[in-house]
Amino acid sequence: MNLRGILAIYQFEMSRMFRTVSQSIASPVLSTALYFIVFGSAIGSRIENIEGVSYMSFLIPGLIMLTILNQSVSNASFGIYFPKFSGTIYEILSAPISPIEITFGYVLAAASKSVLIGLIILITSAFFIEITILHPFWMLLFLILMSLTFSLFGFIIGIWANDFQKIQLIPSFILTPLTFLGGSFYSIGMLPEFWQKISYINPIVYLISSFRWSFYGNSDVNVVIAIIATLFFLAICIGFVSWIFKTGYKIKT
Amino acid sequence: MIAIKIKNLHKSYENGLKALKKINLSVKRGEIFALLGPNGAGKSTLINIICGISKKTSGQVTIFGKDNILDYKFTRSKIGLVPQEIATDSFEKVINTLKFSRGLFNKSPSEKYLNFILKSLNLVSKKNNQIRTLSGGMKRRVMIAKALSHEPKILFLDEPTAGVDVNLRKTLWNFLNRLKKNGVTIFLTTHYIEEAENIADRIGIINNGEIIITEDKKKLIEKLGEKKIIITTNSSHNNIDNIIKKYHLKKNKNKLSYIYNSKKDADLSASLLSDLVKSSIKIDDIEIEKSNLEEIFLNMVEK
Repeated sequence: MNLRGILAIYQFEMSRMFRTVSQSIASPVLSTALYFIVFGSAIGSRIENIEGVSYMSFLIPGLIMLTILNQSVSNASFGIYFPKFSGTIYEILSAPISPIEITFGYVLAAASKSVLIGLIILITSAFFIEITILHPFWMLLFLILMSLTFSLFGFIIGIWANDFQKIQLIPSFILTPLTFLGGSFYSIGMLPEFWQKISYINPIVYLISSFRWSFYGNSDVNVVIAIIATLFFLAICIGFVSWIFKTGYKIKT
Repeated sequence: MIAIKIKNLHKSYENGLKALKKINLSVKRGEIFALLGPNGAGKSTLINIICGISKKTSGQVTIFGKDNILDYKFTRSKIGLVPQEIATDSFEKVINTLKFSRGLFNKSPSEKYLNFILKSLNLVSKKNNQIRTLSGGMKRRVMIAKALSHEPKILFLDEPTAGVDVNLRKTLWNFLNRLKKNGVTIFLTTHYIEEAENIADRIGIINNGEIIITEDKKKLIEKLGEKKIIITTNSSHNNIDNIIKKYHLKKNKNKLSYIYNSKKDADLSASLLSDLVKSSIKIDDIEIEKSNLEEIFLNMVEK
C-alpha cells in the first residue's frame, strides 16, 4: 500500500483548501449565515414550530446537509479535474500508486473539507440558536458517510468532465434542485399528499431527514432505509470509479 | 543489463491513426539513448506508454525485466518523467512540489536529498518561491527536479531543452552526464540534433510511428555519414572539365566539391586526388567535411 502517496495527495488537496481559505471556508460559512438571517430570522420568525422544534433549529441540519453535499461534490470534482486541465495528472498516472490509492487521497481530502465545513457551520449556528443533538454519534457518522459518498460522486464528475462547465452541470441542475426540494427548509409532512409521494422518490429526502433525526429524534423517513440507500449509492460510486480506472476512461488516451 | 525492453509495440487511436507500428527497442542500463524524430513521429506516445500515461494497443514493455502493466508499481518506482509541456501547480512552492512528487513514489521526505537536487539544478535560491513566479527556464528545471525527487533509475526526458537558452542547455547536458556516471539510464527525445550528438551514447530515429534505425552514435555517423572534399584551385587546365565530368564534381567559382560515402567510396576520393595531381592541376587548398547527424537524420526521414 502506497500510504505516503495517499498522504501526498491528501496533504496537497488540504493545503489547496487552506491556501484559498476565503473560497473554501469563509464562503460557505457566509452563505449559511445569510440563510440563517433570511430564512431563520426574517421569515422563520413568522413560521410556527415544526415537529416540536423552532424553525431556526429545524433549519440547521438541512443547511449543513445542503452545504456538505455541494462542497463534497465541488471539492472532489475540482480536485481531480484541475490536474487534468493543467496537465499535472501525468505525475499521478506515472507514479507507483494504484487507482484505489489515488481515489482515497482525493476523496478523503474532499470529505475532510466537507466535514470541517459542516462542523464550522454547526459552531456558527450556535451563535444564532441553542443547538440540541440527541444522537451525536449518528450525527457524526451521517456527516462523514454523506461527505464520503458525495465526494466520491464528485470525483466521478471531475473525471467525466472535460470542461469547467460540465463540472457545474450535475451540481447545478440535479443536486441543488434535489437538495432544495429534499426538505432542507421544510418538513415533507408539510406538503400536500401528492407532493409528499413525489418527494419520496428524491434520494436527498432520506439523507436530510435522517440527519435531522440525529439532532431532534424526528424523521420523515425510516433512518435504516436512509443508511442502506446511502451505502448503496456509495457502492455504485465505488463500482463506477473502479471501472473508470480499469478502462482509463477520460484519463488515459 | 537491459533497463528498457520494448517488444512489438503497437498503438492505434480510435480514429484509426496508427501512432506506433511494431516498435522493438532495448536500452541498456546506464546508457543515454536519444530518440530523434519529426513532430508527430510517435516519440511522446512511446514515452507515455512506457510510463503508464497512455494505453498500448498490443506488445510489451518491460523495465528491468518486469512488465510495465502487470508490475506497474515496481516499474514506475524506477522511472522519472519530464514531460514535454511544463505542467506544475503554479501556486505551490518549489520545495513543496518536490515533496509531493517524492511522496507519490512512497518515499519519505528527505530534505537532504531534495536540497542536493535543488543545488544541482541551481534552484536553491528559489526553494520557497511559488512556481508561478519563476521564469520558463526555471520552471523547466523544477520539472526535472520533480522527476528526480524519488531517485529514479531511469529518467525519461521528452524534449527537455525545448525553448531553453544555450547556457541552461549546457548545464543540463553536464547534469545528465553526471546522472549517467551514477548509473542512471537516460531516455530522451529531442529536436536538437546537436543535443543527441553531444550527449547520447546511442541514437534511434523514429518516423511515422516506426523506428527506422537504432545505432551507436559514432557508428551511425560512420556508417551513414558522407564526407565532402572541397578543393580550391585557380587552375584553368584543359583537363579540369574532364575530371568534373568523371567524378560529378560541383563547381562553385574556384571551389570543386566532391561528396562521397566514407565507407563505400573511399577509393574514389583517392583516385580523384591522384587524377588532379597527374593532370598537373595546381591545388591551392583541400578541406574535408564530415556530415553531421542532422544531415543523416534529414536523409533518413525524407526517404
